Amino acid sequence: MIVELGHFALILALLVAAVQVVIPAFGAAVKDERMMRVAEPAAISQLLLIAVAFFALMHAYVTSDFSVLNVAENSHSTKPLLYKMAGVWGNHEGSMLLWVLILALFGAAVALFGNNLPPTLKARVLSVQASIAVAFLLFSLLTSNPFIRLDPAPSDGNGLNPILQDPALAFHPPFLYTGYVGFSIAFSFAIAALIEGRIDAAWARWVRPWTLAAWMFLTIGISMGSWWAYYELGWGGWWFWDPVENASFMPWLAGTALLHSALVMEKREALKIWTVLLAILTFSLSLMGTFIVRSGVLTSVHSFAVDPARGVFILAILVFFTGGGLALFALRAKDIQAGGLFQPISREGSLVLNNLLLVTATATVLVGTLYPMALEGLTGDKISVGPPFFNMTFGPLMIPLLMALPVGPMLAWKRGDLLGAMQRLAFAFLAALIAIVAVFAVEHRGPWLAPFGIALGVYVMAGAIIEWANRVKLGSARREEVMRRASNLPRSAYGTLFAHFGVGMLMVGIVATSAYREEHILAMKPGDKVMVDGYEVTFAKVERGRGPNYTEDIADFNVTRNGETITTLQPAKRLYDAPPQPTTEAGIHAAWRGDLYVVIGDGQPGGGYAVRAYFNPLVRFIWLGALFMFMGGGISLSDRRLRVGAPSRPRHIVAVPAE
Amino acid sequence: MRRLLAILALAIWASLAAAPAAFAVQPGEMLSDPALEKRARTISAELRCLVCQNQSIDDSDAPLAGDLRRLVRERIMAHDSNQQVLDYIVARYGEFVLLKPRFELSTLLLWLTPLLVLLAGIALMIRATRPTASTTAAPLTEQEKAKLNEILAAKDQ
Repeated sequence: MIVELGHFALILALLVAAVQVVIPAFGAAVKDERMMRVAEPAAISQLLLIAVAFFALMHAYVTSDFSVLNVAENSHSTKPLLYKMAGVWGNHEGSMLLWVLILALFGAAVALFGNNLPPTLKARVLSVQASIAVAFLLFSLLTSNPFIRLDPAPSDGNGLNPILQDPALAFHPPFLYTGYVGFSIAFSFAIAALIEGRIDAAWARWVRPWTLAAWMFLTIGISMGSWWAYYELGWGGWWFWDPVENASFMPWLAGTALLHSALVMEKREALKIWTVLLAILTFSLSLMGTFIVRSGVLTSVHSFAVDPARGVFILAILVFFTGGGLALFALRAKDIQAGGLFQPISREGSLVLNNLLLVTATATVLVGTLYPMALEGLTGDKISVGPPFFNMTFGPLMIPLLMALPVGPMLAWKRGDLLGAMQRLAFAFLAALIAIVAVFAVEHRGPWLAPFGIALGVYVMAGAIIEWANRVKLGSARREEVMRRASNLPRSAYGTLFAHFGVGMLMVGIVATSAYREEHILAMKPGDKVMVDGYEVTFAKVERGRGPNYTEDIADFNVTRNGETITTLQPAKRLYDAPPQPTTEAGIHAAWRGDLYVVIGDGQPGGGYAVRAYFNPLVRFIWLGALFMFMGGGISLSDRRLRVGAPSRPRHIVAVPAE
Repeated sequence: MRRLLAILALAIWASLAAAPAAFAVQPGEMLSDPALEKRARTISAELRCLVCQNQSIDDSDAPLAGDLRRLVRERIMAHDSNQQVLDYIVARYGEFVLLKPRFELSTLLLWLTPLLVLLAGIALMIRATRPTASTTAAPLTEQEKAKLNEILAAKDQ
């Protein structure tokens, strides 16, 4: 009954979305306020209906209703409750339902909080947003219906892939989707503005908080996935340039570029055409990611061709929205007035450089991800594009980006003073120099470029702090003056400080752990010892244990350092009941210097077990850096000037009209 | 078929899960000379595990990956250079095995895209920043000059 209710609600949501596409758009065209206002209740009821469908499916999962095909295929009665709930989005049909739920959530949020938007723009934004919902609700109902019944119902389900039964991974998709799908708002704003034919600084100001929110969630979603891979997959890797990862990384890169170009547009009215294009492209990359992950094209071009229903459907959606958006852009872009002028050496110039490098990086990842599929489809040749390619092409693009990052905020708008900016960054150069010397003094192995990479990260971190110090006149003004300035500084300035500092941390973490990781692979018997970066790791014993839905061989490794007991690590090898699949659980000891990481493998022919022990220096900086970026976004978002739906402050100075 | 698809979708959703209990390089496989072993690891990271979703043979615990790792080490012991080892494996398993495709006609676009996008972007930037008739400020008219002087005069008082 509840399942049918959910199914019905989903169909109703499709109809509501269809109404939301047509009536507000028509109302906006004929300037009929009542018709335009239909958008708001429609967006909210669309959200409520999809939520009913979503929670109906979740109810079926929690109660283990195996008469629902989707539940029978992906759940199991013995699975812990958390994973029954997370199981909803652990499969194709359910994850598409989550996709439309988040899409509707953003639409409803604009309906509720977008009170300061001009009515026609708001109606059009919600109409475009609903058109995306129509496409994906149709996709869900026609090709990926999660509510299909199974008769007779099996006595138990197939279970969820045990490797996915992990807290970080349970929450990874909702965060990731919130990010990826959130860019739909930027897209809807871009299309609505192109239809309106009016794009000004205010537009950028409305779009920026939504983009920032989406970007934040994508940042945390990607880093959660990376963190999960690090501790779950058992060899301490944290990024694999896997097509699935790239699918979420491309919108992130483009979204980062969009955030920065929207800033220029808001402050200076420049880069208008480019920002609108970028908004369209960013969401197109989200759609592209959905296509890559959801169509089956990944496994092979042939499996895509064997059962093309889903793949072709998403491809059609992708072509319609990307193509349609770009066509509209091509028609209208020439009418957009070019905005403020600026010299190449200026704040605007530095943000253009940021965009140039980020977009090139996005294109690199895009081509690397799609090339093997395209080549196979065209010529039948099979090639692989993996980490060595991306490291070689993507890596060098990040160097100028990071070198320019601290300089940009030091330059004035319109015309900057490069020499002056460099002088103010003197402390950052000094910090970088110290970092180089320190790394060379401590580490005698690894590639010779690594200390420079770490120094680059340190320079970015120091640069972020110096920018803040400059703005509060730290060191040049009196204490009270500094305090006053620090508390008067807009929140968005603190957001920049955190986010840019996080980028530096990320860089330091990546280089340190890639270049200076220590690895030991050996066969160990109980009583054997191994030295790992100053830790003495003693293999004590292995025991058989039993978890809620698995059996495991759990090992004890006693860890001491300079004779002092540090901890006991308990890496394990698990075998899940349903489906029967082995997984490894790493034993990790985290310290600020880095992680001691121990994994146990199979029994060895000569007795004992295969053991891998690593020391991953500063590896936590990677996720801490991402966390700083996330927090920076949050702090920025809490800025009154950016707050979603905040009524604009009464102005003391009469603003000069934009056009 | 439906079930197969669902499984497939799940596999794609977590394509990393292709080799769950990852325990790639086994202690028994390793070469006793650390310098040679290091070379073997470097080469392994460039070779794809043919039966996995997206893993190098260095990261995968599929049996085929193990065979390839042993083959790499055999070739190193036979005094092959790194390039010779890679060529040897490609000759037997095809270009698909290379995680970094060779620079040749069919991969020209792949390798050149970053450069082309960068150059196109720079060209666009130069074009956009060059002042055009519509963006350069027109000189003030006589009327505007008079008004400006009036304002400046008012300010001086």
